[in-house]
Amino acid sequence: MVDSVTTLPGTGRTWSRPPFIKKPWVRWGVWLAVAIYLFVAITSMEVDWSRVIEGLPRGKKFLLAFLPPNFASRWDSIVDGIYESLWMTVTSTVVGIGLSIPIALGAARNLSHPIVYYSCRGIVALSRTFPEIILAIFFVKLFGFGPFAGFLALSIATIGFYAKLLAEDIEDMDAVQAEAVKATGAGWLQWLNYAVQPQVMPRIIGLGMYRFDINFRESAVVGIVGGGGIGATLLTAFDRYEFDSAAAILLVIIGIVMAVEYSSGIIRNHIK
Amino acid sequence: MLRLEDLGKRYKTGDQALTGINLEVPKGQVMALIGPSGAGKSTLIRCVNRLVEPTAGRAWLDDLELTALGSGALRRARRSMGMIFQEYALVERLSVMENVLSGRLGYVGFWRSFARKFPQSDIDQAFRLLERVGLDHMVDKRADELSGGQRQRVGIARALIQNPEVLLVDEPTASLDPKTSRQIMRLICELCKESNLAAVINIHDVLLAQMFAERIVGLQLGEIVYDGPPNGLTPEVLTQIYGEEDWAATIEAVDDDDNNVEESASGR
Repeated sequence: MVDSVTTLPGTGRTWSRPPFIKKPWVRWGVWLAVAIYLFVAITSMEVDWSRVIEGLPRGKKFLLAFLPPNFASRWDSIVDGIYESLWMTVTSTVVGIGLSIPIALGAARNLSHPIVYYSCRGIVALSRTFPEIILAIFFVKLFGFGPFAGFLALSIATIGFYAKLLAEDIEDMDAVQAEAVKATGAGWLQWLNYAVQPQVMPRIIGLGMYRFDINFRESAVVGIVGGGGIGATLLTAFDRYEFDSAAAILLVIIGIVMAVEYSSGIIRNHIK
Repeated sequence: MLRLEDLGKRYKTGDQALTGINLEVPKGQVMALIGPSGAGKSTLIRCVNRLVEPTAGRAWLDDLELTALGSGALRRARRSMGMIFQEYALVERLSVMENVLSGRLGYVGFWRSFARKFPQSDIDQAFRLLERVGLDHMVDKRADELSGGQRQRVGIARALIQNPEVLLVDEPTASLDPKTSRQIMRLICELCKESNLAAVINIHDVLLAQMFAERIVGLQLGEIVYDGPPNGLTPEVLTQIYGEEDWAATIEAVDDDDNNVEESASGR
């Protein structure tokens, strides 16, 4: 059969993929602009090589100070900090998701009246405007040092992340399944429970675990500005130049993040 | 009895989907609605249970004016209109039983349905219907594990457990193979006869429509251009509905035996 193809006469027509940007002068102009920007950016970067070379042995000494990690001398405060961080993570994830779900329903264009839609989108946009650390500074000023400020900061930050992504998943759901349940005469809550929830459930769980992971890592950051948790312990270790203890704390954080990551992978494989 | 009076629908985009539809479907009648894509078949049946809001005219189910109902009353009225869909429209992550029982949502309260504690009479009826459509051994399978024909059977059970007075059926066989299509059409027609239901069936396949429906309505550009018995579909009528084409084979096949029909249907 292959032979018969080759013996056929050519059509005299050629084909190549049409370019993404149609006008050639725009296409080449974009490339030129990128090249000029890169050239200017690289040449204008000032690197003082003598300072880099001076800094290298200092950096080596600094890194060596982390070794070996010392778990023993500050073990009690590490345990306290981890407990506090985990408390902050669990509560802020649960509360954040609890607040996020109704907001996500409101922020889904296919479910909501435009007024509700825009106000819920507004809440999401507002909470996304501020990173966790800014929120934490704000709540520390309001409520004083400690994990409560961290918990509030992470709860608010969770809304911006979770409600936005869940709302997008709700907007992507299969409208026909939803229509079918509506056609049975189901009430609105029943409709949510039977038509919407089953379709977005994997997302609810998957995002929840991802956010748990993020909140744990962020709990270390909010601690540095006074939000309590393992971040506070870490900051104390740095302030006292106890780099070996700091290394131990970092290792514990890495271990917990990896454990969360690994178990969330397992759970996500089970829900499909 | 389902009665449409001068029903019309103009979409916000300006498209006039339906104009001046007058139609009466008495109890127990299986009516097929044929017409080219975009003729307004889906819009018509969705205007009946107001998944699409009609913009003109009225729709009646017995003495109830559907087009005049508020949202609560509409919800109650929807219970007596079962709907069957083209792509089955089962909630894929729910089990077969949950999908069938979702047909009872209009009758039970939220917390009962939330806890999946339906009245025993509903569960009995669900089992009876699943037995009737031959799926009572798959009660706890998830809907997305079923084949196309099986899914449509679940869709039929979901519509029937509503205890409807009328069935609105939107392209029930469009995603099925020819043999399954005929089984599904036969099942729908038998069930309509058993419970004395009126049925409006949108269908692309003229042959299937002629085989199973006792009355055919042809829709073209949102208007009824044919309303009569299946054997009244002459080449002239089909040309009027669908446009110029060689209709001889379509019409001949109706008189032939089943195999012939299946072949020409699968050849489409």
